[in-house]
Amino acid sequence: MLNRRSVLLSLAAGAALPLPVFAQEKLPVVASFSVLGDFVREIGGERVSVTTLVGPDGDAHVYSPTPADAKTVAGAKLVVVNGLKFEGWLSRLVKSSGTKAMVATATTGITPLKLADDHGHGHGGEDPHAWQSVANAKIYVGNVRDALVAADPAGKAVYEANAAAYQTKLDALEAEIKATVARIPVDRRKAITSHDAFGYFVKAYGIAFIAPQGVSTEAEASAKDVARIIRQIKAEKVPAVFLENITNPRLAEQIARESGAKIGGRLYSDALSAESGPAGTYIAMMKHNISQIEKALVAGPA
Amino acid sequence: MPLLYDLLIGPFAEFDFMRRALVGVFALSVSGAPVGVFLMLRRMSLTGDAMAHAILPGAALGYLVAGFSLPAMTLGGLVAGFTVALAAGAVARLTVLKEDASLAAFYLISLALGVTLVSLRGSAVDLFHVLFGNVLALDDDVLILLSGVASLTLGVLALAYRPLVLECVDPGFLRSVSRSGGFVHLTFLGLVVINLVAGFHALGTLLAVGLMMLPAAAARFWTADITRLILLASGFGMASGYIGLVASYAAGSNLPAGPAIILAAGALYLGSLLLGSQGGLARRLLPRAHLQR
Repeated sequence: MLNRRSVLLSLAAGAALPLPVFAQEKLPVVASFSVLGDFVREIGGERVSVTTLVGPDGDAHVYSPTPADAKTVAGAKLVVVNGLKFEGWLSRLVKSSGTKAMVATATTGITPLKLADDHGHGHGGEDPHAWQSVANAKIYVGNVRDALVAADPAGKAVYEANAAAYQTKLDALEAEIKATVARIPVDRRKAITSHDAFGYFVKAYGIAFIAPQGVSTEAEASAKDVARIIRQIKAEKVPAVFLENITNPRLAEQIARESGAKIGGRLYSDALSAESGPAGTYIAMMKHNISQIEKALVAGPA
Repeated sequence: MPLLYDLLIGPFAEFDFMRRALVGVFALSVSGAPVGVFLMLRRMSLTGDAMAHAILPGAALGYLVAGFSLPAMTLGGLVAGFTVALAAGAVARLTVLKEDASLAAFYLISLALGVTLVSLRGSAVDLFHVLFGNVLALDDDVLILLSGVASLTLGVLALAYRPLVLECVDPGFLRSVSRSGGFVHLTFLGLVVINLVAGFHALGTLLAVGLMMLPAAAARFWTADITRLILLASGFGMASGYIGLVASYAAGSNLPAGPAIILAAGALYLGSLLLGSQGGLARRLLPRAHLQR
């Protein structure tokens, strides 16, 4: 594993890592946002209690932490973050909370995609939404497993077994997504979404997404951006426009109305839905997204 | 010539969203700018800002209850705005506290309540939709709301024009000849609220105030006549809308449309401040004939 060394390093830096006092007590783990929370829950199973700072449907780009979050972080043994500057507010929270928790970066070992069009804001040139490719999700899982083992060596066997079982599910998911993409005619594999969080998805599965906004939800679209998108839909005959679960839906509707593209269902990119929703877990989210994409791209007008 | 066409007219001819944005900003200018003129003349320029903050929790509450829904957010904003306006007015009339202080107190309570409500949902991003609306995404419903508010405002202003002007220049006189002062005042605050609520769908709560006050303040450097002030302020508002949209279109990815419109209004204000014929800085510095205005 590529990331062993970094975990060991952070272990060394954290000096004497306190072990759970009672073997029965659950390991308190904090995950920065819902996708990571799901990974930790899958791998930690019964041994950990996971708190997710940015909950379902929340936007981790612009989240502002509460004192309760600081308290949660202070009490944690392990903090799992995405890294790649996704949750810029978190490093300050970790410092200010005075926590002794180990901080594990889930994207360690992932080759980050460069943002094609960097406006000088947001994430400083690297796309943080790496979980949108299942191959990367498997690296996340490896990192989470190693971090859990480091924080709670007694649970090593459990974590490794859970991670292996989950990796098998991820392999099946990857195969399913690729099979679905193969069913979509090549010239229809493109769509518009109001949030540019699908860079890794695009690269892994070959469906082009064009976004009316910059990669960070902090940036508002300019008139030129919107005009460019509408022209592009018309010129390239893009079949569908997708609304994203956390940015202004009216803008996507306006683009669809003006360009004649079909409005596809909701895609989940930065956050899972509530547990009862269509994207309550990472696997459910990826399955939901690919089925929505297939539906809209196959059905949309030419 | 084709270059000029591409810059100034082409975007509006080609794109529906540009036309919608322009119509929306025009509607806001026609009604918001006259309201701004009266606010300015009555030395209540900051009241607009306070009211905008007061509206926020209502809009946020509407968002929390019904999601991104136009009627819910509008209704919430109206209720919060009117509550603060009425409560501030009542405190000013019944207690020792003056209206500005009571308004400040109520809008701050309202604002804090709004931020709390939004945090209850667990995410701050919702707030950004309310703070910064999107002028490029005006659908039919929003346009109807904007033009409806503009029509209503102009109608009420026409009906209440005399008492409003009187209240601006000589509130004591109005009180001596009529008991309508309080009523006129509340009606006027109502206009401020509905214009801000309309404005936040297009520009967001904070920037909506900009389109209300900046054109009015700029117009004051050119004329002291109230009719001309109103016409000029509306004209400045529309010009800012047009310039801002064209600039956002021409500048590429770095200039969002809403702020561009307010920056254009700000530029008009600064230009008027420098060059204006009524007390503009340049006029003041140039020598002029003795005892002549």
